Amino acid sequence: MSDIILTGPVLDKARDWINRALVNAGVHTVLLIDHAGNIVVRCGHSRTNFDLTSFAALAAANFGATAQMAQLIGEDDFSLLFHKGKKDSIHFAKVGNDMILISIFGDDVSLGLVRLRVAELTRNMAKLFGLDKINGTY
Amino acid sequence: MALIDLSNREVHCKIVYYGPGRCGKTTNLMYIYNAMNSAARGKMLTIETKGDRTLFFDLLPLNLGKIKGFDIKIQLYTVPGQTIYHATRKLVLKGVDGIVFVADSLRVRRAKNIESLEDLKRNLKEYNLDIKSLPLVMQYNKRDLGKIGIPLLDTAELESDLNRELRVPSFCASATKGYGVFETLKAISKMTVRYVATKHLAGNQKSKKMGGPTRERRQRQRLS
Repeated sequence: MSDIILTGPVLDKARDWINRALVNAGVHTVLLIDHAGNIVVRCGHSRTNFDLTSFAALAAANFGATAQMAQLIGEDDFSLLFHKGKKDSIHFAKVGNDMILISIFGDDVSLGLVRLRVAELTRNMAKLFGLDKINGTY
Repeated sequence: MALIDLSNREVHCKIVYYGPGRCGKTTNLMYIYNAMNSAARGKMLTIETKGDRTLFFDLLPLNLGKIKGFDIKIQLYTVPGQTIYHATRKLVLKGVDGIVFVADSLRVRRAKNIESLEDLKRNLKEYNLDIKSLPLVMQYNKRDLGKIGIPLLDTAELESDLNRELRVPSFCASATKGYGVFETLKAISKMTVRYVATKHLAGNQKSKKMGGPTRERRQRQRLS
C-alpha cells in the first residue's frame, strides 16, 4: 500500500462535490472513509448523534467481509452495498481501491438518484485523489 | 496505516490485539475499558458474540492526550482467535500500526500460540508488512492460574517459543485481575506513536521547513 496525501484544496473540492451531488439532494450524512475505518471527510447534517468511530470501523469491516464473500463466489468484490431501513438507508460505494463513500439518507430520497449521483461522484473523486492511477483498476 | 490530520492536529493509530482463541484479548480490552476514565475512552464496540468468543472484532477508542500539540487517538482492536476465522483476522489487520501478541500461558495451549504467531506473520506478509519492522509487544497472559495448580508454561519457555527471534518487549499478565494489562498498553502505545511519528511526521517537518505541502490552509494526510 502506498502513502496517499490529500491536501486541503483537494479535500475542500471533494467536500464541495459531495455537498452539491448528495447533501443538496437530501442525503443527510455522507462519510468518506478508508478501508482501515478512518474517517477522511464528513459532510451533511446527521439527524441523530451516533458514534462515528464505531460506525466507520463497522462500515470498513462490512465492506471487507462482503469483498471476501464476493471472492468466494468468484467475483473480485462488490463495488456497492445497500442497507434498507424503515426510516434511514445506507449506501456504500468504493472510491478507487482505497476508500469508501457512505451515504445515509431518509425515505424521502430516491435510491435511484443516490446511485446515479454516487456513481459519477466516485469516478470523479478517484481521479481527484489519484486513486485511479495508484491502483490502475478503477 | 495511521491517519494524520494536520488541520485538527490529530494522530489516529490502530493497535491490534492478536493471539490464539480464548487467550484473553477481549478481556484485556474490557479491563482497560472498565479501568479508564470515561473522558479518555470512547464506547467499546463488541460485535455479536457466540458464547464468549469474538466473532468479528472488538474496538475500543482511547485518547492518550497531547504530544507536541497533536492529540493522540488510538483504536484498540481484537481479532477472533479461532483458526476458522482466518479471513476476518486478516481483515482486522488492515492498516495496523502496532500489535500486541497475547499468548496463552496454559501448557496445553503451547502449539496454539506458535500457530497463531505464524498466522500473524503470514497475514502481515500478505499486506507487505514485516513483523520485525512493526511495533510489537508480547503479553504472556493468565499467569495467575499457576497459583491454583493449573500447569503453565514458564516465561523462559514462552520466550523461547515466541520471542527468541523477535526479541520484543514482553509482559506477564492476568487480564482478569488486571496486572500487566496497562504495562502492555503503555509499551505498545509508546512504540506505536514513536513509529508513526518517526515514519511520517519527521518527513512532514522537513517539508514544512522546505515550504512544502504543509503550507496549505487545511491539510489531511492519510498514510499507509
